[in-house]
Amino acid sequence: MSANYQAGVKEYREMYWTPDYVPLDTDLLACFKCTGQPGVPREEVAAAVAAESSTGTWSTVWSELLTDLEYYKGRAYRIEDVPGDSESFYAFIAYPIDLFEEGSITNVLTSLVGNVFGFKALKHLRLEDIRFPIAYIKTCMGPPAGIQVERDKLNKYGRPLLGCTIKPKLGLSAKNYGRAVYECLRGGLDLTKDDENVNSQPFMRWRDRFEFVGEAIQKAEQETGERKGHYLNVTAPDPEQMYERAEFAKEVGCPIIMHDFLTGGFTANTGLAKWCRKNGMLLHIHRAMHAVIDRHPKHGIHFRVLAKCLRLSGGDHLHTGTVVGKLEGDRASTLGFVDQLREAFVPEDRSRGVFFDQDWGSMPGVFAVASGGIHVWHMPALVTIFGDDSCLQFGGGTQGHPWGNAAGAAANRVALEACVKARNQGREIEKEARDILTEAAAKSPELATAMETWKEIKFEFETVDKLDVG
Amino acid sequence: MASSMYEMGDYQTAQTLETFGFLPPMSQDEIHEQIAYVLAQGWTPAIEHEHPSRAMSDYWTMWKLPFFGETNLANVLNELEACHRTYPDHHVRLIGYDNYTQSQGLAFVVFEGRG
Repeated sequence: MSANYQAGVKEYREMYWTPDYVPLDTDLLACFKCTGQPGVPREEVAAAVAAESSTGTWSTVWSELLTDLEYYKGRAYRIEDVPGDSESFYAFIAYPIDLFEEGSITNVLTSLVGNVFGFKALKHLRLEDIRFPIAYIKTCMGPPAGIQVERDKLNKYGRPLLGCTIKPKLGLSAKNYGRAVYECLRGGLDLTKDDENVNSQPFMRWRDRFEFVGEAIQKAEQETGERKGHYLNVTAPDPEQMYERAEFAKEVGCPIIMHDFLTGGFTANTGLAKWCRKNGMLLHIHRAMHAVIDRHPKHGIHFRVLAKCLRLSGGDHLHTGTVVGKLEGDRASTLGFVDQLREAFVPEDRSRGVFFDQDWGSMPGVFAVASGGIHVWHMPALVTIFGDDSCLQFGGGTQGHPWGNAAGAAANRVALEACVKARNQGREIEKEARDILTEAAAKSPELATAMETWKEIKFEFETVDKLDVG
Repeated sequence: MASSMYEMGDYQTAQTLETFGFLPPMSQDEIHEQIAYVLAQGWTPAIEHEHPSRAMSDYWTMWKLPFFGETNLANVLNELEACHRTYPDHHVRLIGYDNYTQSQGLAFVVFEGRG
């Protein structure tokens, strides 16, 4: 059945606002928080978002009639109030799966958060959540190893992993840097980490760093009898150099490498994840630039979406914030996206900012990395909030110990194991934090010294991006 | 902390055995509590042992088979002790197999062998 071509500008809602639509299991669903310009009806705003993020453009074009746009268009199918906010509203949009190339997070984001974010009828726009249909998830490879495989490779069971970011973040020579790594690992940490901005600067070229760190890992493993690793950052100016660095990390015997998925980009990340799967390497993911995108409550992309995208693109660890440390993060909201990283199925739960049921099928899980301004006093809260499938990542909280990195690492490890042991005994470790740590410190002078050093440090500021509640 | 740099402790690297390797040896009661935790999670208790010189390998020797369906703490403890008596110079570790995650919910060395 053919339609007549009429040039001109139609209201978006005539075609893209479909309140009777029942989404298909194969549809990709999105929830946007929309703040329209004054006087623009909600339905028109929602329809405009659906149109501009799918098939539509501002003017009718004749070539639309050569295809079946009813099949390909995105549909705004529901509008909801934002609790406690009369200016904004949630628009729910369904996209047919055929709008997206298989296995391409790059393509999904180019559509959903492309031109539409600069659209003039909108004051602000924020992508709050995406429901990926299981049919699409099955086209993505996901984490190279996943939580279960990583535990088996590293022989770590029944507790969170312990890590540390090597400081100062810039300026050390490769040999001095390897020394700092070795000291942390011999002291009882499982993993150490390149800081995100350590790539291959004049003061420390990557190849030198990799060689010295490789030696540090092997020596620490031999001396402690435990498995160790260091996230060698292979984030590079171009993919060719990224792969060259990854190959060399494998050659020096390091089990894990690292990438910055937002500054590096999803295409590079997905490629590197596939390389890791093929080469039996673990992949740690840092999230530099995320707060630019996710911190404003009315504009940008919520981190839960970026976390879901990373699980699909591929990574075995992802930074999630700490809730308790120096960086932004609301507890309920953080738990909401930590679930998205680790679970096989996450039900809708508005109290955690989860807008859709999400079935992950058999996709491997990602370790949640809690990093940023944490120390031994935070350990009971971190174990409670993040549970075992996490990596607790210290920095100053290891290396700032008055006796140095090894003693700082031992203090972290004793505190962690004391908390896990007490939790398993059925104790409420957040409430009994002081008692549990004090008991453990009686047998560990390293922990006693750490507790004395950091007893006054707290980071108590209000969260900027809160969940929407009335 | 005004301690002089000569008063600080010297950290000596220790040979440790992964989870709980940095805590003092557990008392009998503390071992009971960890076994009770494994059973309460619905995990399958299992026992492995190995000579300290081979402790780095992925596979330690199994003591019998995992104790599927076991809910009695005393039975697990008896088996741990029987394994320790039979291999006094070996490390003996308790494992809680979690068949949902296909991983080990807990694994820690209960008796350290002296090699």
